[in-house]
Amino acid sequence: MPENMIDSLKSLEQIEFEEGRSLWNDAWVRLKRNRLAMFGLWVMLFLVSISLLTPWFAPYGYEIQDLELGASGPSLAHWLGTDTLGRDLLTRLMYGGRVSLLVGFAATAVSLAVGVIWGIVAGYMGGSVDAVMMRIVDILYALPFMIFVILLMVVFGQSFLLLFLAIGLVEWLTMARIVRGQVQALRRQEFVSAAIVTGLSSAQIMRRHILPNIMGPVIVYVTLTIPAVMLFEAFLSFLGLGVQPPQSSWGVLIATGVETMEEYPWLLIFPGLALSITLFALNFLGDGLRDALDPRSASGAGGVHE
Amino acid sequence: MHRWLSRRGCTIRIIGAANNWRYLAPNCVGIIIIVFTLSGCDLGPTNVEQGNLEQILHLGNGTEPQDLDPHIVTGVTEHNIISALLEGLVGENPETLEPVPGMAEYWVVSADGREYTFFIRDQAKWSNGDPVTAQDFAWSWQRMLSPALAAEYAYQLYPIKNARAFNKGEIQSFSEVGVKAVDDKTLEVLLEHPTPYFLSLLAHYSTFPVHPPTILRFGEMDERGSAWTRPGNFVSNGPFKLKSWRLNYIIEVEKNAHYWDAETVKLAGIRFYPIDNIQTEERMFRTGALHATSTTPSEKIEVYQSKSPHLISISPYLGTYFYRFNVTRPPLDDPRVRLALSLTVDRQAIIDSVTKGGQIPAYSFTPPNTQGYFPPKSPVSYDLEHGRALLAEAGFSEGQGFPELELLYNTSDGHRRIAEAIQQMWKKGLGIDVRLVNTDWKVYLSRTNQLDYDISRAGWIGDYPDPNTFLDMMLSDGGNNRTGWRNNDYDELIERAATLTNQKERYQAFEQAEMILDREAPLLPIYTYTRVALRDPSVKNWFPNILDHHPYKYVYLQSD
Amino acid sequence: MSKLVLARILQGIPVLLIVVTATFFLVRAAPGGPFDAERSLPAEVVKNLEKRYNLDAPVLHQYVDYLGNLVRGDFGPSFRYPNRSVTELIRTGMPITFELAFYAIVVAVVVGVMSGLIAAVRPNSLQDYLPMSLAMTGICLPAFLLGPILVLIFGIWLEWLPVSGWGYSPGDKILPSVTLGSAYAAYIARLTRAGMLEVLSQDFIRTARAKGLSMPGVVFRHALRGGLAPVVAFSGPAVAGLLTGSFVVETIFQIPGLGRFYVQAAFNRDYTMIMGTTILLSCLIVILNIVVDILAVWMNPRLRKVR
Repeated sequence: MPENMIDSLKSLEQIEFEEGRSLWNDAWVRLKRNRLAMFGLWVMLFLVSISLLTPWFAPYGYEIQDLELGASGPSLAHWLGTDTLGRDLLTRLMYGGRVSLLVGFAATAVSLAVGVIWGIVAGYMGGSVDAVMMRIVDILYALPFMIFVILLMVVFGQSFLLLFLAIGLVEWLTMARIVRGQVQALRRQEFVSAAIVTGLSSAQIMRRHILPNIMGPVIVYVTLTIPAVMLFEAFLSFLGLGVQPPQSSWGVLIATGVETMEEYPWLLIFPGLALSITLFALNFLGDGLRDALDPRSASGAGGVHE
Repeated sequence: MHRWLSRRGCTIRIIGAANNWRYLAPNCVGIIIIVFTLSGCDLGPTNVEQGNLEQILHLGNGTEPQDLDPHIVTGVTEHNIISALLEGLVGENPETLEPVPGMAEYWVVSADGREYTFFIRDQAKWSNGDPVTAQDFAWSWQRMLSPALAAEYAYQLYPIKNARAFNKGEIQSFSEVGVKAVDDKTLEVLLEHPTPYFLSLLAHYSTFPVHPPTILRFGEMDERGSAWTRPGNFVSNGPFKLKSWRLNYIIEVEKNAHYWDAETVKLAGIRFYPIDNIQTEERMFRTGALHATSTTPSEKIEVYQSKSPHLISISPYLGTYFYRFNVTRPPLDDPRVRLALSLTVDRQAIIDSVTKGGQIPAYSFTPPNTQGYFPPKSPVSYDLEHGRALLAEAGFSEGQGFPELELLYNTSDGHRRIAEAIQQMWKKGLGIDVRLVNTDWKVYLSRTNQLDYDISRAGWIGDYPDPNTFLDMMLSDGGNNRTGWRNNDYDELIERAATLTNQKERYQAFEQAEMILDREAPLLPIYTYTRVALRDPSVKNWFPNILDHHPYKYVYLQSD
Repeated sequence: MSKLVLARILQGIPVLLIVVTATFFLVRAAPGGPFDAERSLPAEVVKNLEKRYNLDAPVLHQYVDYLGNLVRGDFGPSFRYPNRSVTELIRTGMPITFELAFYAIVVAVVVGVMSGLIAAVRPNSLQDYLPMSLAMTGICLPAFLLGPILVLIFGIWLEWLPVSGWGYSPGDKILPSVTLGSAYAAYIARLTRAGMLEVLSQDFIRTARAKGLSMPGVVFRHALRGGLAPVVAFSGPAVAGLLTGSFVVETIFQIPGLGRFYVQAAFNRDYTMIMGTTILLSCLIVILNIVVDILAVWMNPRLRKVR
C-alpha cells in the first residue's frame, strides 16, 4: 500500500471526526434540495400527525355501528363510505393507520437493527463465524412460522410486543442475507484493506467504512419492508395475533375489502390508497436519503482508492 | 478527490445512451399482451355447457376429503362423495328425507320397536358384480365398531344392543352384539331401546357397507388408511363408482352399471371439486365451471337475489348457530346474567344486516320443525328492558362492576362480524364491555374443550332428523357440552326419551328438557342455519331439504 | 470450489437436524391435537387413535422412532389424510408448485431486472419513475389482492382466461404465474435499481466508459454482475419463499400444489405432514443458499481471492 494513500486515509478520518456534524448537515442540505424526497417526507409527517391526532379528529368512533345503514358508498355524512356493519370507513382508516404505521415502523426497526448488525458481522468476519451465523438464519427460515406464532401466543398471550417480535423475527432474515452479500463484496475492496492497515479495529471499520457503503440497498429494502410488514400484520391477525376487532388496521381492511371488491369497491380502494400513498412517500424519501447519504457524493469523503 | 466529477460525467453519458433503452419497456408490455390474447382467444364450451351434453355434473365441494372410507371420515364433503358411491340398507326420499328402500327391499319392525329384520334385494350387487349380502353388512358394522379402527362416528351404531360395549372393548365377541346375518339376504338387528330414528341412521354413511374382500386385499379388517379407497381398488354398491381422484383438485365418479336401480340413474358422472376459498367457488360458478356451489359468500347473496334470483336458493338447514357460556366462571355462573346477555341480542338485526342468508332467529337450541318437533315457547326474546332488569338483579346495575369478558371465536369473517355486532349490542344495551379473541380452529377447539374461555361461538349440525341429535349434546357428561353446565333433571329427561316408543311422549320429554335449557341458558341460540347455494337451472330433481342431502341417483341435467 | 460446496453441504446436516428437532417438539407443544374435532371423540377412540399413530409413547421415544424412520426415508402416514403417506402427498404437490414457482421466477426476473435496469440507467427521470411506480404498485398488490383483481379483469370481464385450474384448460397457468411472480418482480426491480446505481457510480465503470465502451456494453459486461448482488442475495430466500408463498395463489386459483398442503398441515396439526414439508423446505433453503453463494462468487470475482 502506497504511503500517500495511508496518509490520505488518515486525513479522511480527521475530516470525519472534525466534520461529523457537517456531514449530516450536508446530507440534510442535499435532501432538502430533492423536491420529491421532501414531498415524501411531508406526506409521512402528515400521516403520522393524523395518526397521533386521530382520537380528537375522527368524525365517529371506530366501533360505532349502524346495522340498518350497512355498507354505503361515500356521502356527506361518511366521506369514504361505511363498511358492512355501517361503521365509518374514514374513522376506521384513521385508527387503522395508527396501528399500521406503528407496526410498520417498529417491526421494521427491529428487523433493521438485527438484520444489519447480523449481516455486517457475518459478512465482515467471514469464515466460521459467517458459517454459524448464516446457518442460524437458515434454521429460522425453515421453521414452521405459523406453529411458532401460535406457541408464542400461548406462552405470552396476545400482545403488541409479541406482534413486533413475531414480525421482526421473520423480516430480519432476508435483510441479514442482503447485507451480508453486500459486505462480502465491499470487504475485498481496497479501501477496507487500507483501513485495516491503518490499525482500525474491526468494529470501527464496520461502522465507519462498511455501514455507509451498504446504505443504498438497505434503505431500499427498508422502504419495501414497511408496507410488507403492514400486510403481514393482516395475516397474523388471522392467527389471533395483531389487532383485535372492532379495531382494525390497513392490512386487515385491505384483506377484508378484497372479498367485497365487486359489491363495495370503496372498502378496498381507500385502504389500498392509504397504503400506496405511504409506500410511494417512503420510497421517494428513501431514494432521496440514499442519494443524500451516499458517501461518494459527499465532498471529500470516501472513494480514495485507485 | 474528484469523485463527484466522475459521477456527473457518467450521468451525462448515460443520458446519451438512454435512447437504446427506451424500446425495451414497450416491448415487454407488447409481449405480455400478445401472450394474453393468443391464449385467451377461445376458451371452448364451459363445464356446464359440456356437462349438460354429457350428463356430467360439476359440483363445488368444500375441502379435500380426508378419505373415502365411510367408517373413518366425519365431514359433509365426504358425505357428498360417499353417498354417490355407496348405499345403505335404506335410502332417502330426495324431498322429505323419509327412509325409502335401498339395499334392503323391505323390512319388518317388531311391535316393541326393538327388532328390525331387513331383507336385502336379490339384484343388489357390488360394482365388480359380487352380490351384496347380509354378511357384508354384519362384517361392515363389526369393522365400524372395532376399537382398533377408532371410528369417530361409531356412536351412530350405539342404539344397537351391546354396540357401545363392543366399541369400548368391554366385550370381545361380536356375536354378543345385536346384529346377525340369518342367511345371505336376511339381516336381523336387535336394539338396546326402541329408537324411532334408527332408520334415519341407516341412511347415514357411517352405517354403509364396505366390500369385505377388497378391504382384506389391502389390509386388515380394522386397519385405518389402507389403499382400498383408491380409484381402481374401490368397490362400491351405490349408483356410481370411483373413476379418478386427484388430491386437492378433482374427484370423479362414473355411473355404476351393476347398481340395482341403474335405470333411474341419469347422470353419466359427477366431478367433485374441493375448493377451500368460497370466493373462488363463486367465481368458478359464475364462469360456468360449476353446476352448483357448496355455499355462497354472504356479500354475494343480495347481488344474486336482485340480479339473478333463479340461480340462488335458500333453504332451512338442520343446524343452530349459538354461543356457549362457560358457567364455571363468575359472573356467568349466574343464570340471570346469562339470560340478560341472551335477551339483549337482536337476532333479527344480525340476520338482516350481517348474515343476510334468510336465517331464522333462534331462541331455543333445537331448530323448529325437526321431524315434527317444535321447541316450546322460550322465555328469551329481544327484550332490552328485561335484560337490563335481570342484570341489575344480579348486582350489575347499568353494567357497573361487570368484568370484561372474552368472546372466543375461530377466525372467519362471518364469525367476526357477528361477534362485532353482538359486542356492540351488549355495550349499548347493558353497558358492558366484551373483548373479542380469535384463534385458529385447533386452538379454539382446545380452549373450548378445556373450558378455557368465557363466551365462545359454536355451531351444531344435526346428524339425523330428530331432536335427540341436538339435545343429547347438553348431557352433563356429554363430550360436546363444553360449558360446564350440569343438570340432573335434564339428563333424566333425555335418557327417558331414549326408552320411549310413542313419538308424542318422546317429544314431550324433549320439550320439558328444552324448557330447562331455555331457563338455565347455558347456551345463547342465535339463529337456525340456512343453506344458501348457487345452482344452475339445468340441474333437475335437486330438492331443498333440512340435511342438504341430494341423492344423485335422481338428479339429471337439462338445459332449458 | 468443490471443497467449498462440500463443506456447505456438510453444514446442512446440523441445520436439518436442528430444524427437525425443533419442529418435532414445537408442533407437539402447540395447543390442539391432530384429532381434535368439532365433535369430541370418546376417550377410548382417542386412545386407539393415539396408539395407531404412536402418539401414546413418551415424546422422546416418539422422537427417536421418528428419526429412525426418517433415516430409512419413511416420513410416516399423514394424520389428516389417513390413506396417504406424507411422501405421496409431497410427490403429488411438489411438481405442480415447482412448475408454478418456475414460471413465477421467470416473470419476476425478466420483468424485475429489466425495469430495474431501465430505471437505473437514467435515474430521476420519467424512464426511472414509470417502471418504479409500477414496481411499487406491485408491492402494494400482494397476491391475495392481485389474484382476485386479475381474475376479475381477465377471467370474468374480458373472459380471456380461465378463473381456476392448472393444466385443465388452455391458458389457466398464466394468471397464477403472473400473480405469484409480480410481487417478486417488484422487489427485484427495486433492488436491481439500487444495486445498479451503486455500481454505476463506481470508478471502474468510469474507467470502462473512458476506454470507449458503449453504455449497454458497460452495463451488461461490467455493471450487471456487481449490480445484481442484492438481487442474488434476495433470491435465495425468495425462491424458498415461493414454496410457502404459493399457498395464497394456489388457493385463489384452485391449484393442487404443495403450498396448500404446507399451510393446511399447520392448521390441521398434521404432525407428520408438517415435519415432511418443513424438512423439504429446509433442504431447499440449504441448497438454494449454496447456489446463491456460488452465484455471488461467480458474479464478483473479488470474492474468489479469499476463502
